[in-house]
Amino acid sequence: MIMIAIIDYNAGNLTSVKRALDYLAIDSVISSDPQVLLSAERLIFPGVGHAASAMATLRERGLDLVLKEAFAAGTPILGICLGTQIILSRSEEGDTTCLGIIEGTVPRFKLTDPALKIPHMGWDAVRLLRPHPVLRDVKPGDEFYFVHSFYPQPVDPAAVVGVGNYEIEFPAIIGKDNLIALQFHPEKSGGVGLSILKNFSTWDGKPC
Amino acid sequence: MLSKRIIACLDVRDGNLAKSIKFVDTKDIGDPVAAAKRYYEEGIDELVFYDITASSDKRNIMIDTVSAVAAQVFIPFSVGGGLRTVEDCTAVRLAGAEKINVNTAAVANPAIISLAAALLGSQAVVLSMDVLRTGITNTTPSGYEIVTHGGRTRTGLDALAWAKQGESLGAGELVVNSIDADGTREGYEITLTRMIAEGVRIPVIASGGGGKPEHLYEVLTEGKADAALVASILHYKEYTVRAIKEELRGRGIKVRMV
Repeated sequence: MIMIAIIDYNAGNLTSVKRALDYLAIDSVISSDPQVLLSAERLIFPGVGHAASAMATLRERGLDLVLKEAFAAGTPILGICLGTQIILSRSEEGDTTCLGIIEGTVPRFKLTDPALKIPHMGWDAVRLLRPHPVLRDVKPGDEFYFVHSFYPQPVDPAAVVGVGNYEIEFPAIIGKDNLIALQFHPEKSGGVGLSILKNFSTWDGKPC
Repeated sequence: MLSKRIIACLDVRDGNLAKSIKFVDTKDIGDPVAAAKRYYEEGIDELVFYDITASSDKRNIMIDTVSAVAAQVFIPFSVGGGLRTVEDCTAVRLAGAEKINVNTAAVANPAIISLAAALLGSQAVVLSMDVLRTGITNTTPSGYEIVTHGGRTRTGLDALAWAKQGESLGAGELVVNSIDADGTREGYEITLTRMIAEGVRIPVIASGGGGKPEHLYEVLTEGKADAALVASILHYKEYTVRAIKEELRGRGIKVRMV
């Protein structure tokens, strides 16, 4: 039985997630094989890059259907960065139709302060709006590593688990049922980031 | 609001840590992987490795170092030095570096910036500039010139113009390294850093001259830098990362504490 499968769809450095799991001694594989992915106990859906090309590759490999099926089956799923964004219905990046597992959009930051740079890149804090088993070791003031120009905006406010602040408040962690998704990179966020991966590896998929 | 980043710079030669003083006298001082791990545990925000290996047949030692760091350090880090082609950049990324860092190669062939940005994304491309104070001349109206090969070669390029060109070619960040301040520990070049930071819309990392927390405070406020590079004060254990950050935080700078 595969404990964690990392979904391979040519989107950025999947190996950095794998390295973090290896360090934590958590078994994982990187795969684009639908059968392997659907038989895994848990899925990680990472990603760096452009929404349109990511969606094109997902569809080409049939992985859009795999994600929807795994979500419906109750498999715990962890989204990271671009993976988090394309879980929503639509992205402003390339005006792309996305997976729609959580209803919502992915707007680009529109900032008025010229001193604030886009992408929002670096370490920033996240305020949790509600507790979540995967986030149980996150303390107020903990910072995470972000690199993004777009952010996830679910329609249902209950899908927002944590928020960041970059002139505006934006959803930094979203979730629904057996899915939890992070705009930041837990695999590059030091000890507190690793705690999220570790807690995900034993999460049963229940949101609280 | 983003925290100001403290970045440790590790010069690596033949797999060993070295620290250059004004770029000429280099002295090996230890194992880069062990140093990286220590700074990571103390709360460094990012790491930069510059490969200063002279002979090209020893380049794969650097890839081994990068892999070893990536297996135990879970923060972003970049690798520079000797990256001449897009293939070189891809190799260090695959070994686990978040970002690649180009300097001399970009001056010789600016297209490497746009090629790397197209392939890896701008966020993964750092343009490092070695800058010499020249005073205002016809070719260097900013008063600063880009130099290469560790400061030995003048290029005639104006520092501010090159920074803007780098940004427009797709660099995601700039390291502004003052040759005049490097290794002096007398403080960063505030005027230079501020001029570049005000001239571009990408993050600027100040480099060269950091000798005590006060210097970081100056360059992160007056110098308008988004991040500051430190080297010898950590390598010689004069300060811990935590001590630097505590002092900065005490003076009202937002920094990440672990």
